[in-house]
Amino acid sequence: MEVAKKQLRIATRNCGFIDPENIEDYLGVRGYEALANAITAGTPAGVIDEIKKCGIRGRGGGGFPTGTKWGFAAANQADQKYVVCNADEGDPGAFMDRAVLEGDPHSVVEAMAICGYAIGASIGVVYIRAEYPLAIKRLVKAIEDARAYGLLGKNILGSGFDFDIELKYGAGAFVCGEETALIRSMEGSRGEPYTKPPFPANSGYWSKPTIVNNVETFANIPAILVKGAEWFASIGTEKSKGTKVFALAGKINNTGLIEVPMGITLKEVIFEVGGGCPGGKEFKAVQTGGPSGGALTFKDADVPIDYDNLLAKNSMMGSGGMIVMDEDNCMVDIAKFFLDFTMDETCGKCTPCRIGSKRLYEILSKITHGQGTEADFEKLKSLAVNIKDTALCGLGQTMPNPVLSTMNTFADEYIAHVRDKKCPAGVCSDLLEIVIIPEKCVGCTLCARVCPVNCISGKVKEAHVIDQSACIKCGACIDKCKFEAIVKK
Amino acid sequence: MAKIASAADLKKFQEDYKAKVAARKDKILVNVSLATCSIASGGKAVMEAMKDEATKQGLTNVEFMQSGCMTYCHSEPTVVVTLPGKEPVCFGKLDDKSARELVQKYLKTGELVENVIPVNYVRVEL
Repeated sequence: MEVAKKQLRIATRNCGFIDPENIEDYLGVRGYEALANAITAGTPAGVIDEIKKCGIRGRGGGGFPTGTKWGFAAANQADQKYVVCNADEGDPGAFMDRAVLEGDPHSVVEAMAICGYAIGASIGVVYIRAEYPLAIKRLVKAIEDARAYGLLGKNILGSGFDFDIELKYGAGAFVCGEETALIRSMEGSRGEPYTKPPFPANSGYWSKPTIVNNVETFANIPAILVKGAEWFASIGTEKSKGTKVFALAGKINNTGLIEVPMGITLKEVIFEVGGGCPGGKEFKAVQTGGPSGGALTFKDADVPIDYDNLLAKNSMMGSGGMIVMDEDNCMVDIAKFFLDFTMDETCGKCTPCRIGSKRLYEILSKITHGQGTEADFEKLKSLAVNIKDTALCGLGQTMPNPVLSTMNTFADEYIAHVRDKKCPAGVCSDLLEIVIIPEKCVGCTLCARVCPVNCISGKVKEAHVIDQSACIKCGACIDKCKFEAIVKK
Repeated sequence: MAKIASAADLKKFQEDYKAKVAARKDKILVNVSLATCSIASGGKAVMEAMKDEATKQGLTNVEFMQSGCMTYCHSEPTVVVTLPGKEPVCFGKLDDKSARELVQKYLKTGELVENVIPVNYVRVEL
């Protein structure tokens, strides 16, 4: 079967092709060639120039130009500089970095050494979450093997360049993916962000110039240097070059990891690469950027996906989670889900994030329980905007995005919850009734027998009735009914 | 293992590696995806079943390797089989029974089995 090849794999070029625990496999696909060329025949300025020219932007979500960042760190004079790889992947439903680290750890090791050479750092640190034991095992093996082969350590390839890598483990706090909180956590302090400036490239880990880049950004670097900046810059859109790895999850047929050129449309991703929603259900929305992003809908189907277009749509690229929702998902409930996550993960340092997230969640909760009023819309909006403007770090500043974006795009659903006390998608249990259609009911008694609270009554071979005051809306009867006689309303 | 002490050493290593790969061209290569998620969905058991079945079927020229994520979450566990002189073929949704069938049919006779996953990407090779 011939299928359209919409995907282009650069960052994940070796994932699934080479043995991640065998350095020879990586060397065989021109591994460490970019590093060798740079340190034996190139200059640090030359490397930075290539990275600037290729136009790659940070893949962790912020989208800051990588070459520019490296240039800042290189320009600083210091007795010690650091290269940090941010492998604290925490968005719900996202696993791009784990896939790269488990499938091709050497590409990250090589790229960190290249970055070290470019900015004048001799120490690299990978901050990786402890919940990724296999990724840690393979990364440790990769670092040990690289050392044994003389590709890390003192005087690499006789060039006089020294570089080595150590690991620091994250304990599972979402906020530690934010670079300043990550640096604090690496130093042994509480993982709390601090105000920028100073930017880490000027004063970061132990107050030394520090480059923090995401796993995926690093994985691109060796390919860029081997194939050239022009090649990379020819892929993607005007302001977003190259490809992006997404973790496609949720109500989609082809769940999985995808890597697509920047500028691909949402329609192509959902329907061609992803194969649409299962069970013939209607596609409703896709959440990009995880708890920091927003929902894109069918209206945005032809928008080319890149950093700037997603921001313009009240969402963001984020690190690459793509959660697909179909007609059975309630958007108010989705916003509440993400708020529940950020409310749990806020570090508590700044008031807008610590208290604001709780208040947002409470209002959303009120609405999904059918106690919302129209005044709540205004409250939600002004609170959300205030949090965006005043929170200390990226977590707080982006945390209201799911609320704002769903209120904007699915205003009718919010109104239905408040005005009509109905949940159109049939998710919010306080706002729906489970009823038996008398014409379809044959009186088989199955539903009455499965009901955990015994609220279904009726005689054999006669239509049954649900006592609404006792019903807990568990839906067990719907699953059991063979005649499709029980529905949510 | 030899240390790579210069850029020239690296070039030489790449040449030697190419020769090693070329020497394997008459072998059946079985690449089993073993990332965390693949292992959780039964990848290791599939690998063991295939090794066991290959021995039972008297296939001696099969080489097994592990790799990371093959990106097909929807069809885990996945395995890529490369028969000598043929393009690699990816098979998904394997379990003990279908993994053994894969060995009996595709590895032994070249007859395709169910759940072939079409390649839907272009891979940048350096």
